[in-house]
Amino acid sequence: MDEYSNRGGSSVSTTELGADEIILNMGPQHPSTHGVLRVKLKLDGERVAGTECIIGYLHRGVEKIAEHRTYQQFAPYVDRMDYVAAVSNGLGYCEAVEKLLLTEAPPRARVVRTILTELQRIASHLLWLGTHALDIGALTPVFYCFREREEILKIFEKYCGARLTTHAFRIGGLQYETYDGFEADVKRFCADFTHKIDEYETLLTLNRIWVSRTKGVGILTAEDAIALGVTGPVLRASGIKWDLRKAQPYAAYDKYDFEIPTREHGDTYDRYLVRMDEMRQSQRICMQAVEDIPVGAIMARIGKVLKPPPGEVYHSIEAPKGELGYYIVSDGTVQPYRVRVRPPSFINLQALDKMARGGLVADVVAIIGTIDIVLGEVDR
Amino acid sequence: MNGAGALDQVFFYFFAALAVVSSVLMVTRRNVIHSAIFLITALLATAGIFLQLQAEFLFAVQIILYVGGIMVLFIFAIMLVHQDVSLKQLRYSRQKWVAGVLGVILVAEFWFALDKGGSLFHPGAPISGGLQPNTEQVGQALFGGYMLPFEIASVLLLVAMVGAVVMAKRRI
Amino acid sequence: MLETVKPYLWPVLFGVIVVAVLPLLAGYVVLLERKVMADMQARLGPMRVGPHGLLQPIADALKLLIKEDIVPLNADRVIFWLAPVLSVTTALVAYAAIPFGPGFQIADMNIGLLFILAVSSLGIYGIVLGGWSSNSNYSLMGAIRSVAQLVSYETAAGLALISALMMGSSLSLRALVMAQQNQGVWFIFCVPIAFFIYLVASIAETNRAPFDFPEAESELVAGYMTEYSGFRWSLYFLAEYANMIIVASVATTLFLGGWLRPLASVHLQIPGTRMEILDLIPPLFFLALAGYCVLRAPRQPVAVQKVFMLLVAGFCLLLAAALGWSLTSAEFLPAIHGAFWFLAKVFVYIYAFLWIRFTFPRYRFDQLMNLGWRILIPLALTNLVGVGVALVLHSARGWGLFPAFLLTTLATLAVAGFLVNEGDKRLKVVAVGANGE
Repeated sequence: MDEYSNRGGSSVSTTELGADEIILNMGPQHPSTHGVLRVKLKLDGERVAGTECIIGYLHRGVEKIAEHRTYQQFAPYVDRMDYVAAVSNGLGYCEAVEKLLLTEAPPRARVVRTILTELQRIASHLLWLGTHALDIGALTPVFYCFREREEILKIFEKYCGARLTTHAFRIGGLQYETYDGFEADVKRFCADFTHKIDEYETLLTLNRIWVSRTKGVGILTAEDAIALGVTGPVLRASGIKWDLRKAQPYAAYDKYDFEIPTREHGDTYDRYLVRMDEMRQSQRICMQAVEDIPVGAIMARIGKVLKPPPGEVYHSIEAPKGELGYYIVSDGTVQPYRVRVRPPSFINLQALDKMARGGLVADVVAIIGTIDIVLGEVDR
Repeated sequence: MNGAGALDQVFFYFFAALAVVSSVLMVTRRNVIHSAIFLITALLATAGIFLQLQAEFLFAVQIILYVGGIMVLFIFAIMLVHQDVSLKQLRYSRQKWVAGVLGVILVAEFWFALDKGGSLFHPGAPISGGLQPNTEQVGQALFGGYMLPFEIASVLLLVAMVGAVVMAKRRI
Repeated sequence: MLETVKPYLWPVLFGVIVVAVLPLLAGYVVLLERKVMADMQARLGPMRVGPHGLLQPIADALKLLIKEDIVPLNADRVIFWLAPVLSVTTALVAYAAIPFGPGFQIADMNIGLLFILAVSSLGIYGIVLGGWSSNSNYSLMGAIRSVAQLVSYETAAGLALISALMMGSSLSLRALVMAQQNQGVWFIFCVPIAFFIYLVASIAETNRAPFDFPEAESELVAGYMTEYSGFRWSLYFLAEYANMIIVASVATTLFLGGWLRPLASVHLQIPGTRMEILDLIPPLFFLALAGYCVLRAPRQPVAVQKVFMLLVAGFCLLLAAALGWSLTSAEFLPAIHGAFWFLAKVFVYIYAFLWIRFTFPRYRFDQLMNLGWRILIPLALTNLVGVGVALVLHSARGWGLFPAFLLTTLATLAVAGFLVNEGDKRLKVVAVGANGE
């Protein structure tokens, strides 16, 4: 366990260079770091001997801002953290505050939330797939993925008026009723979607070049994954069957029948397969959920001014990138005393060193892509 | 016929001049890459002369192997060495005057020998058709009469390749 | 005086035409690539500049010409200038040996194939000198990797070409096409594995995906072209696409029958005339194209696009007329129809290049070199031995052409399977190694 503790210095420092080692700087401006990420690589010839991520280029002080906004005022800010999967962020936050307020959203709201969150999971994974394939050199899947993502974003736009930073949920439930044709749209999307995933799979899954670029690359063993606190598809690809939707069900997940895909090797190929399977399972959940959305209220009775009793809550959900947690401390006023976000990308990024060490420089780009990070979440 | 002969001569003098000038420039340039490029032009000029002698196979192979293979490796080796080192080195040693005098004496000797003995040289009549068809003749010679030297040469190259790999690789 | 110059007149004229037309052609191959890329990616591609984007290459060329010429600090100016010039010159010079039709060649050399290989290997200097003269460490690394890749795959390509050579018994490209005509079969049907090896090697030779690691934007080391901008960069780009057309032409000439019509030895004459039914295909093709354009013209949204479609239809009709007229005149028939079939085959080969680029991810550099040295070269050597055996069986033992080649093709496929299997096993070992280190 000692190897994981940081001995108070960076793992890549010029004073400790060996004879043949050089330091290579990647980013912050780089087409493949998916945002403003700077990675310092210590190279021994072609092999990576150490990595150091320098983050903070997108730090906006979100958690500090939370201390000076009311609970409802802070809700749009959470969308901007993982801007690729804004709806999930909103879900986590709203449910955390609802826990503080000791209420629950009504059943109809919970089901609609589930549908929208699962659609958002598909959209996030589609974006991941497109960009990851593009990094590895496949130029076509990104366009197909965005074509499908467009359908989902259209549904979001019809529902809440925004495509990316949706602010779809409110504390206590939903603000907007589902629009006419919402079920039809979702059903139509889900019906087509399995064929589309099969399309992507024909392009990539059995392709020799894809396999040789991703198999055996960036291996993260199960023990390392648990020790580093990695969650999400990265954890499941290393063999640990842990998904908060099954382990600590929230929203309406306990009503639906779906599987948790896992793989054993923990390399890039397995993470790819896990995310493809997750897209299929999300589609399955959406199909089940949209069949019978309960009628009823969409908003709990909590009043306009929210003053949760003093206390603290930690609530986490399974965001597309991993376990997204909100630790909210309330001091009884309308503004939270502290909001601490557990960002999955930030914690998963720390596994980069373990995955990249010993591999080739050319694989670092693939590994960064496979962890699926969003800098908005890493830096907040 | 006369015209064709004149054109022939023009090309020959062009290639010959190119070869000589490139060679001189090659040894006098300060920048090593420039020297390498002049070596390439000298080799290309030689290939041109091969072509004129109706040895078109040699012309093509000279370019493919010598210019396209060996000189590329020369240039790789030069590029991976720091330039500053070669630029700061002393160009000509202090014996350049002695070398110059000896060179002049050598040229004078050659001139004298060629001048006096010129009449002793009787180049044989060129065989009509000469080196044509060049590719087939080279092939037949290499795989026919000169098979053994060919095989020995290829074994030599194999040994050199294996040796280079063994020396350069970190782990076998 | 005229007597000495006369033999040089026609080749010089032809050479001037090639040098003038080819950059334009290469520019339109770029447009073709963008349109095909867009088609495969469910979008439209350039549509604005000119109808359906047809003036896009001209707009791009103009833009690149008027850009600021930036030379990096401390770069060697002479070599910085020389490198793209070398690339383009060698790409254009290689066209001298390529036969577009029976009489349509700048120079029919008896070492035509070797000449093209020689000129391609000269083109390598354009890359390595460009990378070095940019005075940037990354450009140099990219250039060296690119050249290492080129040199490795050149060997495999050459060995693959030798198979066709053995069947045609000559290095002259014209003689190779005549050999295919005389033997009545395109060489691809005799040595398909050699064709496939040449396809893969030529993709690597032109630095195209999936072998474009040294030039890929998303990789750490930028390519040799990084410091070049404006017209210098467009020269490199032009050289790359001209090279593509050259390798396509070489493959067409050696494996796909050059200017020969498919089923060239089948003479089905239209009763009553001396024309052959199969020769009607080119004019009919252009007639069909013209008809399609006329039918689609009313459905165009904008007036200028309607006019454009009708113009294209007119142009196709003209070509159909030319092809049809040439059916009647015996002296132009082989040349014009030959050019049509040659260009059609080159187009198919280039389409295969484009298709492959947009379908596959790219290989990592060590995987690429692995493929070249450990799989392609042994396979090419095996194929060579196989072709030799097949030819001996055919000529000395009286076997039929097809049975002999079938046997050797199957044997070579078995070797290929073995080599790929070994490669896969090694991949597993490397994977374990990378984690255990």
